[in-house]
Amino acid sequence: MPDAGQIDGRSLIRRRAGLRLWLSAGWLTLLAAAALLAPWIAPKDPLAQDLFLGRLPPFWMAGAEPGYWLGTDSLGRDVLSRIIHGARVALMVALIAGSITCLVGATLGLLAGFLRGWVDMVISRLIDIWMAFPPVLFSILLIAVLGPGLTSIIIAIVVIDWTRFARVVRAEAMAQGAMDYVASARVAGRGRIGTMIREILPNVLPTIVVLLTLEMGIAVIVEAILSFVNLSISTDDPTWGGMIAEGRTSIHQAWWVLVFPLITLFLTVLSFSQLGEGLKDRFDPVLR
Amino acid sequence: MALLRLLAIRLLTTLVTLAGVAVIVFFVIRVVPGNPIAMMLPPGATEDDIARLSALYGLDQPLLTQFGIWVAGVLQGDFGTSITTRQPVLDLVLGRLPATLELAIMALVMAVILGGAAALTGTRFRGGRTEGAIDVANGMALSVPDFLWGLVLILLFGVLMPVFHISGRVSPALDLPFTTDFYLFESLLRLRFDLWADIVAHMVLPALALAIPLAAIIGQLLKQSLKETMNLDYVTLARTKGYGETRVILREALRNAALPTLTLVGVQFTFLIGGTVIIERLFSYEGLGNMAIDAVINRDLPLIQGIVLLFALIFTVVNLIVDLLYAVLNPRLRHA
Repeated sequence: MPDAGQIDGRSLIRRRAGLRLWLSAGWLTLLAAAALLAPWIAPKDPLAQDLFLGRLPPFWMAGAEPGYWLGTDSLGRDVLSRIIHGARVALMVALIAGSITCLVGATLGLLAGFLRGWVDMVISRLIDIWMAFPPVLFSILLIAVLGPGLTSIIIAIVVIDWTRFARVVRAEAMAQGAMDYVASARVAGRGRIGTMIREILPNVLPTIVVLLTLEMGIAVIVEAILSFVNLSISTDDPTWGGMIAEGRTSIHQAWWVLVFPLITLFLTVLSFSQLGEGLKDRFDPVLR
Repeated sequence: MALLRLLAIRLLTTLVTLAGVAVIVFFVIRVVPGNPIAMMLPPGATEDDIARLSALYGLDQPLLTQFGIWVAGVLQGDFGTSITTRQPVLDLVLGRLPATLELAIMALVMAVILGGAAALTGTRFRGGRTEGAIDVANGMALSVPDFLWGLVLILLFGVLMPVFHISGRVSPALDLPFTTDFYLFESLLRLRFDLWADIVAHMVLPALALAIPLAAIIGQLLKQSLKETMNLDYVTLARTKGYGETRVILREALRNAALPTLTLVGVQFTFLIGGTVIIERLFSYEGLGNMAIDAVINRDLPLIQGIVLLFALIFTVVNLIVDLLYAVLNPRLRHA
C-alpha cells in the first residue's frame, strides 16, 4: 500500500497538470476564435498604412490615438489587428504542417520499428542523415528552393521534422513489438500489417498525440523564424515573425512593435508545449 | 577490442551520413530558381557574359559532372569558390567557424553551470518549495526555444537594462590586434582584458539564449538521476559516516549520476550548434550561421554547400565523440 505522502504528491501533480492543461487550452481556444473571426473583430485593417500615424504608442501612454490599442508600427499599421490576423497564418501552419508531419513521421517510425529488417535500416539511416542537417538552415534552404508562401512553409516543416515522430514512434513500436500480446495476435492468425495497425498503433497513439501537440508549437516557431528571415509568406501579409523582424529593427524607437507579437508568440508556443506535457501526464499510467 | 569495433562501425556510419548530406545538399540547391551568375553580374550583362561566367564556375556542365567535380575537389580540400565574394569557400568558412565555435562552447559552459546548479539545488532541497520552483522554471525554459529566449533577452538586457550589447561580435571602433579568428581566446592569451570584456559583453546574450533550453534539460535529467542515486546503499553508507547532505551530493552521488546526463548533453549540443544559425542572425553575430543565411539569400551555391557540409561534419563528429566517451566511461559497455 502506498503511504499517504505519495498519494498527496500524485494528486498534487495531477491538479497542477490539470491547471496547466486548462490554461493552455484556454489560450489556444481564444487564439483560434480570434483567427476565425479576424475580419470582424480586428479593430483596423491590418494592411492599412498611414504615415501620419506611424509609431503610435499603446493606449496607456502619452500620445496614443484612440482605436489603436497596442500602438502602430513605423508604417502606421495597427499592431493589435496585425497580431489577430497573424494568428490565422500561425494556427493554419500549426494544424496543417503538424498533422502532415505527424502522419508521415509516425507511419515511417511504425514501419521501421515493427517490420525491422531492411525497412528499418533504410529509415534509420535516413534519420541519421537528416539529424546531421542544422534544421533552421535546412528550412531556409528549402524555402529558397520552393519559393516563399504558405505551402512551401508547410512542405519545409514536414520534410525537416518527420524525424521527430519517426525516432520516437520507432522506439515505441519496437518495445511494443517485443510484448506478449503482439505475439499472441500473430499466433491468432493476424497478418503483419494487421497486427501493426490493430495492436501496435493504439498503444503508440498516446505518444503520437503528445508529439503532435509539441510539433504544432514547433511549427509556429518555424513559421515565425522564416518570417523573421523574410522568407515566409509575403511581406504584406501580417505574420508574427514578420512583425518581430520589424520590431527588432525599431526596438529603440518603438518597443511595442516587438513586445506584443513576442508575448503572443511566447504564450502560444508555451501553451502548445504545456498542453503536450499535460497530456503526457494524463496518459502516464503511473500518475493516473 | 569491443571499443575498436565500435569505433570502426561508428566511423563507417559517419561517412555514410556525410555522403548522404553531400548528395542531398548538392541536388537540393541546384533546384533553386534564379541564376546565381545572372545575379552577380551588373544589369547590362549580355547572354554571352552570363554563359562565359557560368563556364568559369562549371555551372554549364551536366549536373552529375558538376557533382563529380565538386566531390573530387572536396576530397582534396578544395570546396570551390564563392560566387558572391569570389574567395575560396574553405577560407570563408574557416574564417567564420571560430566565431561560431566560441559562441557554442560558451553556451555549453553556461548551460552546464546553470543546469548543474539547478539540479544540485533541487536535490539538496528536494520535496520542498525550492524544488517546486526549480521544476516550474525548468518547464518554462524547456518549452520555449532559443529564438524566443533571444528576443526576450534583447528586450530585457539590451533595451530595458542596457548592460550587454545586442548586435555584433566586437565593438567596431576597437582596434583588433588578432592573428587568429578565435577572438575570445586570443584576447585572453594576449592579456588584453579590455578587448576580452568587450567580446564577452557581445556574446553573453546570444550564448545565454542558446544555453537556456539545454540548461533546463540538464537540470531535469541530472536532478532525476541524483535523486535516484541518493537512495542507493552506498550513499546511505556515506551518510552514516556522518557526512553532511551537501557533501554527500557533491562527493558521492554526483559522480554516479552524471553519466546519463553526459550522453544527453552530447546529443543536445548538436541541437545547440544548429540553433546558432538563427541566434547569430538575431544578434547580427558574424559567425557561420549568419553567413549561411546570407549565402542562401544570395544563391551562393558553392558557399551553401560548404557551410552545410561543415555543419554536418561538426554534428557527426560531436556524436561520434559522445558515443566513444560513453563507451569509455561506462564499465558495462567497456567489458562487453
